[in-house]
Amino acid sequence: MNESIRLTVDGRVVSGQKGQTILEVARNAGLDIPTLCHHPRISRTGACRICLVRVNGTALKTACTEPAADGMNVVSEDAELASVRRSILEMLLAEGHHNCLFCDANGDCEFQDLCHRYGIEEPRQPLPGRRRTTDTTSSKGLRRNEDRCVLCGRCVKACGEVQMLGVWDFTGRGDRTELTADCGGPVGESSCALCGTCAQLCPTGALTLQPVNGTAPTWETRKQTSVCIYCGVGCQIDFHTDSKGRLLYANGNENGPNNGHLCVKGRFGFDFVQHPERIRTPLVRRDGKLVEASWEEALDYAAARLSEIKAANGPDSIAGLASAKVTNEENYLFQKFMRTGVGTNNVDHCARL
Amino acid sequence: MTNSIGEIPSSEAFLVIGSNTTENHPVIGSMIKHEVIHRGKKLVVADPRRIELARIADVYLPIRPGTNVAILNGFMHVILKEGLYDKAYIDERCEGFEALIPVLEKYTPEHVAGICGLANPDDIVKAARILAAAKPMALYYSMGITQFISGVNGVKSTANLQMMLGNVGKTGGGVNPLRGQNNVQGACDMGALSALLPAYQPVIVPANREKFEKAWGMCGCSLPEKPGLTIIEMMNAAARGDLKAMYVMGENPVVSDPNTEHVIEAMEKLDLLIVQDIFLTETARLAHVVLPSCAFLEKEGTVTNTERRVQFMNKVVTPPGDARDDWWITQQLARRMGLQWNYTRAEEVFEEIRTVTPSYAGITWKRARETKVQWPCPAVDHPGTPTLHKEKFARGKGLFTAIEYTPPAEVVDREYPLTLTTGRILEHFHTGTMSRNSRILDELVPHGFIEMSRADAAALDLVDGEMVAVSSRRGSIRIRLRISPRPTPNVVFIPFHFFEAAANRLTIDALDPTCKIPEYKVCACRVEKLVAGDGGAAC
Repeated sequence: MNESIRLTVDGRVVSGQKGQTILEVARNAGLDIPTLCHHPRISRTGACRICLVRVNGTALKTACTEPAADGMNVVSEDAELASVRRSILEMLLAEGHHNCLFCDANGDCEFQDLCHRYGIEEPRQPLPGRRRTTDTTSSKGLRRNEDRCVLCGRCVKACGEVQMLGVWDFTGRGDRTELTADCGGPVGESSCALCGTCAQLCPTGALTLQPVNGTAPTWETRKQTSVCIYCGVGCQIDFHTDSKGRLLYANGNENGPNNGHLCVKGRFGFDFVQHPERIRTPLVRRDGKLVEASWEEALDYAAARLSEIKAANGPDSIAGLASAKVTNEENYLFQKFMRTGVGTNNVDHCARL
Repeated sequence: MTNSIGEIPSSEAFLVIGSNTTENHPVIGSMIKHEVIHRGKKLVVADPRRIELARIADVYLPIRPGTNVAILNGFMHVILKEGLYDKAYIDERCEGFEALIPVLEKYTPEHVAGICGLANPDDIVKAARILAAAKPMALYYSMGITQFISGVNGVKSTANLQMMLGNVGKTGGGVNPLRGQNNVQGACDMGALSALLPAYQPVIVPANREKFEKAWGMCGCSLPEKPGLTIIEMMNAAARGDLKAMYVMGENPVVSDPNTEHVIEAMEKLDLLIVQDIFLTETARLAHVVLPSCAFLEKEGTVTNTERRVQFMNKVVTPPGDARDDWWITQQLARRMGLQWNYTRAEEVFEEIRTVTPSYAGITWKRARETKVQWPCPAVDHPGTPTLHKEKFARGKGLFTAIEYTPPAEVVDREYPLTLTTGRILEHFHTGTMSRNSRILDELVPHGFIEMSRADAAALDLVDGEMVAVSSRRGSIRIRLRISPRPTPNVVFIPFHFFEAAANRLTIDALDPTCKIPEYKVCACRVEKLVAGDGGAAC
């Protein structure tokens, strides 16, 4: 039962469905309302107040939680709203210790973007100088630097609503609020399954992924989407590489059947591709040892031996194993080769294993 | 899967049987957990190990390995007795139900509890009522249903239950096998199977062979009509000396197949072993020719996931050295053996696939790149099929099969008193070729282990972390002990990823008579303390 509604945002009439928030309706219409704690993959939070908008001329509401209503008049930004946003950003900046020069998220940070957008360089308030937890070593997959944390709660919800382990939560009150993994203790000793979703959703550099195969400035990386090689779920993954083509890190792609989620294998299990022990040339056994050969030599030898064995013992003396790790095109050609080139139905793969 | 991953929120209840979902299909595992924890959906779990999902289940049934048919018949017995089945659905859409009724008669909760080793028969009743009350209920399974000599019967029993409850062909319902490899669905779809041509067209049917002979321009030559050997049968034929040569692309049977000693012996007998892979695997080390291929991120092409979705893989990085695309290598061999192949791109192969694979006919290369269609997709204007058997079953009527429980091939005795079951863990994959060569995954779990209950360990005077000897009638390994609350007493678990402590040196190569799947999930074994000087501290 979808009920259509029409409202005005910044003088433009936009339509949406009852049950949507102001933010959802506005974004669907291509309008920009800044956010920080909001993320479409988790439930509505309304914690950071960055998305405050003016509704019907007076009330300030968080667009990410306020239901859109028929006939509503929304102003996404005016002088007062901009001033409120600046104040929030200044307080967040003062509360933490945001050293972009040494931050893993430099160049890929929603908080940094907002500070640029609202011209915040130095907070007007004095820095409290209190440092929070930094733990870049206890976990094999996560780096934690709470001096960069803006307490948006995305990580808490990523773990509690997406990965469903509930590792992260807040502890303490007021300016003593900070994250805790399980009930205190280092994240590396928690029940974390290393899916990395908290780091993927973190809008700053508070939670980042451990480097797998090296790092590079975010603005020098390139992104390409592929499909995870492990189980059959078929998660779509964005793989990031540096300028030399080195694989750096992986993020879940939200358009795949995984809705952006990954497990530890999809997140961290890709560097085998660039392992130094990959086979680089064909090998042929000579005098009992595998030695390097050219493609011509190896292919000629393999085909000649296959032909000899076929001639001597018949096609059914030859069998082929295709692979659940290669593409449809490659499996198709493999079975076609076994059936037409060799002349046998002795073709199978590890479907049963 | 008859249904789609995206339908998980539409399910009102889940039966997870023979699937450690949160470790082996973690993303789907999390989606199911979300429904159960945040939306109050019901969950029944049947598994010999107290897996993570068991902790949040409404009913958890710690069944003995190899008793799936009994527990499923037990659910159906209760559903039948209490009249909880979907009579209208069965009458209208199915056939063979009458034959099932007398078989279910003796599977009373007490009888089934005895077979499955369950303390409380009432749990079976409670579970059956939950499964019958929630509509739609989705059944999820994996290799914990199939890897038995009764594997086919286990699968048919899952279908029996879901048809009885009217859950097949319904959004959020279905029989949902979770496929364990990124393109195992596609490899099957493409006919990399000994009895089936692409799209599951039996090679034994003359009309199918004729169609392919024509499509493949075989001008007078004919396709072989006799179904070929399956993977384990190949090893047996090689051991006998009947099979002389093997061409292995991207597989590692020395680690993945049951009864390792037998596999190595068989492969060493071959006159020719060609291995095409990305690493010098345990199998490649035995080869006469090794052909270096591209890894997944070095190629483009399509793969098909567990929900029949055809997805596009982009090339992300360049391959090392002289490594080549698998299709290129196969084509080079084909040309040298007299075939006039001239494919220049994967796209040309895919376009040919469409013409001989009816379920892929509507998926063009362009469409595969831009969208993610689920087969069957018979025409370019067809949207694809998220849910199978929607209006009617693919075969017309859904067929019930009356199935009796049969015990596994090897049962415990005094000499081998423990039941061994095998599988995967979250951090690793199959034979470890990929995951153990990935730094972080390797650091997380560098060694194999045997998982044992505290009671069993205490009875053998073993402590957590010590090296133990595990033996079966096929072989013996040394492995680290991990005491765990997961396994039920008298059941031990070993992941098969670790060649140096290979579970498959122990597993039995008994096969399901129909589909030839090996019984990886149950065999008899013995665990012993290593005496001093026996290398106990090594590894």
